[in-house]
Amino acid sequence: MVKVTQRLGGLVLRFAAFCAALGAVIAMVTSRERSSFFVLSLVAKYSDLAAFKYFVIANAIVSVYSFLVLFLPKESLLWKFVVVLDLFFLVNGKLTVKMVTMLLTSSLSAAAAVAQVGKRGNANAGWLPICGQVPRFCDQITGALIAGLVALILYVFLLIFSIHSVVDPFLLRKS
Amino acid sequence: MAVSKLVLAATSTKSCKVLLGLRVLAFSATLSAAIVMGLNKETKTFVVGNVGNTPVKATFTAKFQHTPAFVFFVVANAMVSFHNMLMIAVHLFGGEMEFTSFRLLSVAILDMLNVTLISAAANAAAFISEVGKNGNKHARWDKICDRFATYCDHGAGALIAAFAGVVLMLIISAISISRLAQPNKCSSSTAATPPVLP
Repeated sequence: MVKVTQRLGGLVLRFAAFCAALGAVIAMVTSRERSSFFVLSLVAKYSDLAAFKYFVIANAIVSVYSFLVLFLPKESLLWKFVVVLDLFFLVNGKLTVKMVTMLLTSSLSAAAAVAQVGKRGNANAGWLPICGQVPRFCDQITGALIAGLVALILYVFLLIFSIHSVVDPFLLRKS
Repeated sequence: MAVSKLVLAATSTKSCKVLLGLRVLAFSATLSAAIVMGLNKETKTFVVGNVGNTPVKATFTAKFQHTPAFVFFVVANAMVSFHNMLMIAVHLFGGEMEFTSFRLLSVAILDMLNVTLISAAANAAAFISEVGKNGNKHARWDKICDRFATYCDHGAGALIAAFAGVVLMLIISAISISRLAQPNKCSSSTAATPPVLP
């Protein structure tokens, strides 16, 4: 029974993380605003900045991975059997969740760093903030970053959760 | 079954020395990244205009504190190097302590958290310096690397060290997690306990 609740908890976490990552991708991709600045017209798209492109790609990979793993429990008996039998699969399972968490953190921190420059500017480098001219774009980017943060937190829970569900038999066995 | 033999080999006593060596490398990499970026500063005088015939000079300084991403980079690298130093100390001097599974679990979890921390810091600094190097014509941000070349070079060196630290921390974390499954004492005096398979 404990195994069933653990599997269900993992599934719920993964589904929520999938939704969050997908929301982040959609929010950032649909952010586009045109504003005119005197005679210049500024079109702000997410693809202007490399960090936002990386954020979109990373979160897309994460959402696809979560979606695919959601359907793994069809072979759940085989999965548990494999986990108990072969230690490398154990380590490998942890490593993929950890890789995904690393991908999420790095993309979120890069996008947040660049968005912070866009919002406040960098007076020492002569970079003006652009959020004053394209406020709706900035708000949507902020929403996408928050969704990415939610996905990250859910994945960290999933990481600790999966370690707990795997290590527990070993903790119980060792005196 | 060859891969489980690999995991068994990864948890033998010889792997303890490998783990120690990797931690020393990661400690030195992250510490050097933190120090190089922390001491990153360049002052240059530019001619900004002409008043009549005399040029008007202004002095500009490029410091790492100007960019929050670089401040995060320095702090995160310092934290990860401190974590590695702590783990090395625990490894070398904590051998008399009881090798409980709580200790292994906390080492594994801390390693995982530090992997994510350092990857976040390295990536944020990398993307900010990419904007600084290439500029961004859409946002009208000029590049600064053509004027502060030494600052950019030092920052690039610190970034390379941090990315080496990321790779090393990833390997260390993988080894720590595999040691969770097969706990093994690392002191050289006692013989290796036979692994207990579930």
